[in-house]
Amino acid sequence: MTTDQTFVIIGAGQAGGWTAKTLRDEGFEGRVIIIGDENFAPHERPPLSKEVLLGDAEKDVCLLWPPGTLEDAGIELRLGVSVSAIDADGHTLSLGNGETIGWNKLMIATGGRARPLPVDGADLDGVYTLRSIEDAEGIRARLVSGANVLVIGAGWIGLEVAAAARKRDANATVIELADRVCARALTPEMSAWVHELHVSHGVEIRLSAAFDHFEGDGKLQRAVLGDGTAIPCDVAVVGIGLIPNTELAEQAGLSIDNGIVVDEHGQTSHPDIFSAGDVTNHPNALLGRRVRLESWENAQNQGINAAKAMLGTMQPYAEIPWFWSDQYDANIQMMGLPENWDETVIRGDRDAGEFIEFYLKEGEIQGAAAINNARDLRFTRRMMTSGKKFEAASLADPDIKLQKLLKG
Amino acid sequence: MSDVTFHPVVKMGQLDEDEAVQVIVEGKEVSIINLGGEYYAMDDICSHAYASMSDGYIEGDCIECPLHGAQFNIKTGKAETPPATVDLATYEIKIEGDDILVGLPNG
Repeated sequence: MTTDQTFVIIGAGQAGGWTAKTLRDEGFEGRVIIIGDENFAPHERPPLSKEVLLGDAEKDVCLLWPPGTLEDAGIELRLGVSVSAIDADGHTLSLGNGETIGWNKLMIATGGRARPLPVDGADLDGVYTLRSIEDAEGIRARLVSGANVLVIGAGWIGLEVAAAARKRDANATVIELADRVCARALTPEMSAWVHELHVSHGVEIRLSAAFDHFEGDGKLQRAVLGDGTAIPCDVAVVGIGLIPNTELAEQAGLSIDNGIVVDEHGQTSHPDIFSAGDVTNHPNALLGRRVRLESWENAQNQGINAAKAMLGTMQPYAEIPWFWSDQYDANIQMMGLPENWDETVIRGDRDAGEFIEFYLKEGEIQGAAAINNARDLRFTRRMMTSGKKFEAASLADPDIKLQKLLKG
Repeated sequence: MSDVTFHPVVKMGQLDEDEAVQVIVEGKEVSIINLGGEYYAMDDICSHAYASMSDGYIEGDCIECPLHGAQFNIKTGKAETPPATVDLATYEIKIEGDDILVGLPNG
């Protein structure tokens, strides 16, 4: 029945790749076509600001599966080509080269692009954003000993770039508009820990600093702040957020609201068009609200779930969001998107850099953040979905295993 | 001569139920797992990225990688959930008195 069907996936990232693979794993025998505008097989992006930037690995480390895996599964890859338009009612799409492809079901996994800084000098040689393999390789080539690297925005991307710069013996300055690093994702206490981590590795961090413009003669030479301070730099990396790539969906008439609006199955406002990953705004029953997550795990699991829905297996998707970052020797992880809590519990040794913070509201865990404690952090998800209440004193006692607390 | 050599790795009682520990046997990282009182052994390094499976939590018959959440079946080594797609090798366990031994293939 399904052999004469064609399912097309726009986007060869984490969400698009897992959608394609899942269709095959679930027994779909029709055509599966992945269209990706980057000329590289389906890949994940976390290593781009970590191993690849450090020079510890080449871009192949980003591949989701060993070369040939998708081809062997009979999945057609159309790489280095972009989609120019979707005709939702006609069930076709047009490629940049003029070709038209018909589809029975469509997955839009277009992700996002780095938010540009609309200032003078942003087009100078040496000013980068970091999203693609090409970006990472370009920046890496400039992270050389003695280079002056300026990072604009103390979010995850910015801080990972600063860490990579220091590891490659370049000088690093971070400027941030807010009054602390990672203010959106971390509590003040955790921000302070991460701030100190960077200072101890020789990064200069300027908080509450407004950016004005870049200057240079073809090549970047300095950055000028709002207060007129000039910072000499050879390389600048702008890490001020992501813009979801919703244009194709919008033009196709789909519902858009901070991303492509999907239901709990990844279905858009058109019954034959699905969407997954960074670009979607989905209802999350565990959080009790709609969210658009820029998350590796969400892209993977929402893609898998939506692929099943494309095949008619409708299971609601909702997970407690999980994020991680690697900076120097610190593995930083977060579980949940806590909005309010009345108690913070620290388990472990903050000064030794091995601990987890739980955020409690009337004894229920709203979220957690951990430094070098992935084990407890991941277990927190089970504690959060258990609906149980926990006592602060027990959580803080490292001699009491979390498993025991959950069972008890 | 057998093609498996057994190596003593932990003592009975050292490993609580539903706990795992990493041991190094002939330079190889192996996870010894106590699943509800039964002992199992499998490769300790996740097949997806470099992480020690014995740092992960046990859920049902699976152990979950602490880094990215891939789950492997403790009895068979099968990669049950993404991002892992490659199974982990499992090894034979033998109990002699107080000693738990793991059998590694020779050569």
